[in-house]
Amino acid sequence: MSKIKNAFGPGKAFVAFLTCGDPDLDTTEKLVLSLAAHADVIELGIPFSDPTAEGPTIQGANLRALSGGVTTDQIFELVRRIRKQTAVPLAFMTYANVVFSYGTERFIKTAAQAGMDGLILPDVPFEEKEEFAPVCRAYGLDFISLIAPTSRQRIARIAKEAEGFVYCVSSLGVTGVRSQITSDIGAMVRQVREVTDVPAAVGFGISTPAQAADMAAKADGVILGSAIVKLVERYGRDAVPHVAEFAQKIKDAVRSVS
Amino acid sequence: MLPAMSSMVSESLPDVRGHFGPYGGRFVPETLMHPLQELEAEYLRARQDPEFQRELAYYLKEFCGRPTPLYYAERLSRELGGARVYLKREDLLHTGAHKINNCIGQVLLARRMGKTRVIAETGAGQHGVATATVAAMFGLKCVVYMGAVDCERQALNVYRMKMLGAEVVAVKAGQQTLKEAINEAMRDWVTNVRNTHYILGTAYGAHPYPMMVRNFQRVIGDEARRQVLEKEGRLPDLLVACVGGGSNAIGLFHPFLDDAGVKMVGVEAGGEGIEPGKHAARFQGGSLGVLQGTRSYLLQDEWGQIQLTHSVSAGLDYAAVGPEHAWLRDQGRVEYTFATDAQALDAFQKLARLEGIIPALESAHAVAEVIRRAPTMAADQLIVVNLSGRGDKDVAQVAAKIGLHSQ
Repeated sequence: MSKIKNAFGPGKAFVAFLTCGDPDLDTTEKLVLSLAAHADVIELGIPFSDPTAEGPTIQGANLRALSGGVTTDQIFELVRRIRKQTAVPLAFMTYANVVFSYGTERFIKTAAQAGMDGLILPDVPFEEKEEFAPVCRAYGLDFISLIAPTSRQRIARIAKEAEGFVYCVSSLGVTGVRSQITSDIGAMVRQVREVTDVPAAVGFGISTPAQAADMAAKADGVILGSAIVKLVERYGRDAVPHVAEFAQKIKDAVRSVS
Repeated sequence: MLPAMSSMVSESLPDVRGHFGPYGGRFVPETLMHPLQELEAEYLRARQDPEFQRELAYYLKEFCGRPTPLYYAERLSRELGGARVYLKREDLLHTGAHKINNCIGQVLLARRMGKTRVIAETGAGQHGVATATVAAMFGLKCVVYMGAVDCERQALNVYRMKMLGAEVVAVKAGQQTLKEAINEAMRDWVTNVRNTHYILGTAYGAHPYPMMVRNFQRVIGDEARRQVLEKEGRLPDLLVACVGGGSNAIGLFHPFLDDAGVKMVGVEAGGEGIEPGKHAARFQGGSLGVLQGTRSYLLQDEWGQIQLTHSVSAGLDYAAVGPEHAWLRDQGRVEYTFATDAQALDAFQKLARLEGIIPALESAHAVAEVIRRAPTMAADQLIVVNLSGRGDKDVAQVAAKIGLHSQ
């Protein structure tokens, strides 16, 4: 049974994202342990030099982490340390080339053994997933699929094979803060629910407790990345209490609609 | 497992999912999948539509100035003392490079799809200028992304784009060249995909771009084939073209792929030599990877992070190569080599002095290979080199490099 899917429980879930190594891996470790008290699932971003799905905030985090010399192997080490201290479900979020260049099976096997629960590759759509998803299944990782406002008739096909949760991209565009989310999230989520009992979580552009509550009411969970990364950018090694405070507010907002 | 190179192969690839053997594909965010499928469907419809073909032929002839000459470079041939060298004069096209062939095709598609805005990436600025040109011609909004370093070294083309009414966005991320410009163009497209068509300028990126751009550029090779048969009564022994993403090369090569006697060589940017960060020769220091929508050869480190590149030529200064080139290399059908900055600068000056033609620095890489090869060939052998663009944009940069002063 998927640990990630279970984490959605009967209530609404809060999925938090961090870029590993921003500003350094020690801080990432402290942030993950602190977030584990508030978030139901944590996405760990492995930085990539050319993150085309990211807006300026997470691009900046990728750049800071890479210029600090972070490598995939160091991030696996980080996960092993984290796993000794918390059971919170963890999913990697990175780009196809990071996995492919490591050796797809070697990457997925190492990730599973280190204690990861899922993998999200925003540049691997449904049509290319056969290279990754069966290997993930073999090692017990959820390969998490995304749907977008342009997906339309693709949604049923994607959701039918979804694992962990369905990542609903709230709006056109890249990751980052948006003042308004205008897509019909309710309709997207209904299409997902017609074909699967895998939960649907909404991400891209959610940055305030009010937005989180609004989106949680329409879906099974919300994903926050850029808003958290912004705090890390601002406070650096001192970000832990600020991120924890923010995460508590989001968690409260999400719980309020459960 | 892989079919032998035959008359079938050149026509049957890519497969329906955009793969050239192990290369190609569609590695993009889900948001772009439906738009890419729509684009592919519209392109395949247009290809069969006589009205689209008529329109395309009309603009290529009347607006761009096709056919371009296949010009016998007599003094260069004599000086090199070997094969007879023909120049395919894409530099004479409107806007000064082969890029316009593809832009005309894609802007006609954009109009069929009802898009009101076009965007593009550009390295040397030639594709940006061609996109700004077709946008002006059809009254579409146009935004061109260009690395800040390239904006500086190709300033003339920045002015041209602005005069044509395009907005030029100087991209400051990373090493501020072509790769970063493509990242930004992809981010714009994923945001504005409902009203915007992305006129990708090379035979790279997610399917159907490598196939579509190749097919819009193969007019170069179709013409060259006809022309050389007319002039010499036989096919050439060697085709030479520079390879950045690889659109001018694939355009020249493709119609000859089934002609076993025609050798082909693609010339990458050797920069300051084949050391990490000093060049852009993907087949020298690269390995298989996934970048910006497709799987091909990349310059990357052991963790899959994309490496810095360098070339004196902004149009070749890119970390990846079109997937079909990777496939053709595997088949042994096309040979890939490189020319260094110094060799390209030398070829640039040689062509100017001997033939009265100032080539683009990109095309000068191909000329450098001709300078190496022609003397080793017999006097009755023929080389066709793609002079993919003209060098006006490079004049200031080259003058500074070779210490030429205006006074």
